[in-house]
Amino acid sequence: MSLLEVTDLRVSFSTPDGVVRAVRGVSFAVDRGRTLGIVGESGSGKSVSTQTLMGLTPGAKVSGQALFEGADLLTAGERRMRQIRGAEIAMIFQDPLSSLHPLYKVGRQIEEMIRAHEPDTGRDAVRKRAVEMLGTVGIPQPAQRAEEYPHQFSGGMRQRAMIAMALALNPKLIIADEPTTALDATVQAQILDLMRRLQREFDTALIMITHDLGVIADMADDVLVMYGGKAAEKARRRPLYYRPHHPYTKGLLQSTPSAAAGADRLRPIPGQPPSLINIPTGCVFHPRCEYVMDRCVTDEPVLDPVTGDDDPTHVSACWLPLEALGLGEDAERLRQRAVEEGRVRARPAAAANGGAPESSGAVDAIAEPPGPDADAGTDADTAGRDGPPGEDGGGTRGDGGTA
Amino acid sequence: MIRFVIRRLLYAVIVLWLVSTLVFVFLHVSPVPVERVIGGPRATTDTLNQIRRNLGLDQPVIVQYGQFLGRLLHANLGESYINGEPVTTLIGDRLPTTLWLVFGAGILWFVGGVVTGVLSATRARSLWDRVVTVFVLVGLSTPPFVMALVLLYLFATKLSEAGVYFFEAGPPLQMHFWRRMILPWIALAFLMVAAYTRLTRGAMLDVLGEDYVRTARAKGLSRRRVVYKHGLRAALTPVVTQFGIDLGALIGSTIVTEKVFGLQGVGQLVYQSIALGDTPVIIGVTLMVTFFVIMANLLVDIGYSFLDPRVRLS
Repeated sequence: MSLLEVTDLRVSFSTPDGVVRAVRGVSFAVDRGRTLGIVGESGSGKSVSTQTLMGLTPGAKVSGQALFEGADLLTAGERRMRQIRGAEIAMIFQDPLSSLHPLYKVGRQIEEMIRAHEPDTGRDAVRKRAVEMLGTVGIPQPAQRAEEYPHQFSGGMRQRAMIAMALALNPKLIIADEPTTALDATVQAQILDLMRRLQREFDTALIMITHDLGVIADMADDVLVMYGGKAAEKARRRPLYYRPHHPYTKGLLQSTPSAAAGADRLRPIPGQPPSLINIPTGCVFHPRCEYVMDRCVTDEPVLDPVTGDDDPTHVSACWLPLEALGLGEDAERLRQRAVEEGRVRARPAAAANGGAPESSGAVDAIAEPPGPDADAGTDADTAGRDGPPGEDGGGTRGDGGTA
Repeated sequence: MIRFVIRRLLYAVIVLWLVSTLVFVFLHVSPVPVERVIGGPRATTDTLNQIRRNLGLDQPVIVQYGQFLGRLLHANLGESYINGEPVTTLIGDRLPTTLWLVFGAGILWFVGGVVTGVLSATRARSLWDRVVTVFVLVGLSTPPFVMALVLLYLFATKLSEAGVYFFEAGPPLQMHFWRRMILPWIALAFLMVAAYTRLTRGAMLDVLGEDYVRTARAKGLSRRRVVYKHGLRAALTPVVTQFGIDLGALIGSTIVTEKVFGLQGVGQLVYQSIALGDTPVIIGVTLMVTFFVIMANLLVDIGYSFLDPRVRLS
């Protein structure tokens, strides 16, 4: 069993404009010493998912299960949650300036947390530990800096202070929500290095939320790509980067600048993330997808294991052929063929180009996932098919998971 | 810090001079015929001229202004036209009553407003919050004199008939202090409680949505600590600022409350002086009120630097 196992998490909010279905059935898991990256645009539900785990989304309607060391966080009482927050699961937020209280000294804000969980520890001991933590995260002259206010810190220093706070009680899990988004690129690299080093040192589990695939490129063990409140694709890091299946993952990769290549131009994903009040029918991504087919508009795809990948945990929710992996030309041909085949109703083959006319292979591939299901049925299906992702079957190779 | 205070005090002197000059000019542009007030309706022209001469009103305005400024430099506000008493004495006699009235009401509305505001912000959209919203609406749209009359009718008239004494009118401040002050305080504070409830509720709701409050919760602090230590501490800053300004300003605007409850404070003094055309007293009171407003603002600014470490006085 993993340290944290989230199953079919759903979160919705009632607003005057309607019900916002922010998270619509997401499952993931993470273990000590490992890093899970959750990637997606704003509004994909990535922050809401993790804040819900901590009980930090007031007014939300939540269902599903989130087992932390075997106990469900979503049904835990406020008292138990208070013990967990900070001491067992700590969070690091995006903007360190607004996340630190502007009117209290930095050291005091760390001390306050230690004292909240260890009321019997003496004042001096707590102070000493807070200063020590500031030193551990690389803040020079920590004793002096502890006496300063957040506005006297630079952006990078503030985030270091936040990290110090998060680590102060040696939590089992750290959730970092866009920890480097508000920072300069160079500072960003420093902070990421620091987090990686400390994670190893403290052997914590880490959930790293980001909209930037580059941030977790050499950090995450597993990556979950979220779109419109659902998981679009989930895999170990390398398969996800080198053999993406979902067009959204592919789009994210192509819109991430890379210092190495420079050959490809950046290709932004056209359009806007969907409204979570009026969610598109079928696949949420279909209004923006360059491979949209007829069934994408009506049928919602579920997470299916891809074929031909050596990562048994690699699943993707897309109607494209499950063997169409990666950014290469072969995969592209497969996709184009499927698209040509799949667009009989709406558009004649106008948009599809470069694909061979023959179609039998593609049809086989598409035929495999289930047809139009009722919503609930589909979800149960997802949960069932969705193998335990945290399980690291080192020796499992080939496409054993595929039906 | 010291330089800041000194500079602000210099500004204060300039403002006081400007205000006194403005009042002086206004009162000379459209003067109340004070000689008629003193001499009575049947006074002859000779008598009236004599009175004007005695008061120095026959001299050119510019000369009067010079004399006025000269006195002002010696902290002398002159004497009342009507009874010849020094203006400083007149104000000094009345000021304690007004200060008691304003500060008592101030404590009442500050505490009342902050407590209701916090309770309704932490229970946003609850039944309590809705009731408070209605109260705020009623409070803000009830003129103080209406409130004063209602209170007077209920507690002073009706309950006195029933043998319960809540209110005692009359000048001496020492006797029956509470009985004298409670109704005026409530009357004066009622509207302000509503205003401060709204202010506090808004500030609290803003602050409770801040990232650092989320951080506080994520640290595993108790709800009480999150709301008060982290939320209220930050939300209080704008409320305290407003409080300082309101306290200063209210010292000059208690006329109605003082009149209704028969309190001999500065408000009554200025009311009577305006009716009688007693220029030196009007100017004196105006200067005093201005002084209080300036001081209140200065204190607010100094207090701000203590409340918020990000603010540096310079």
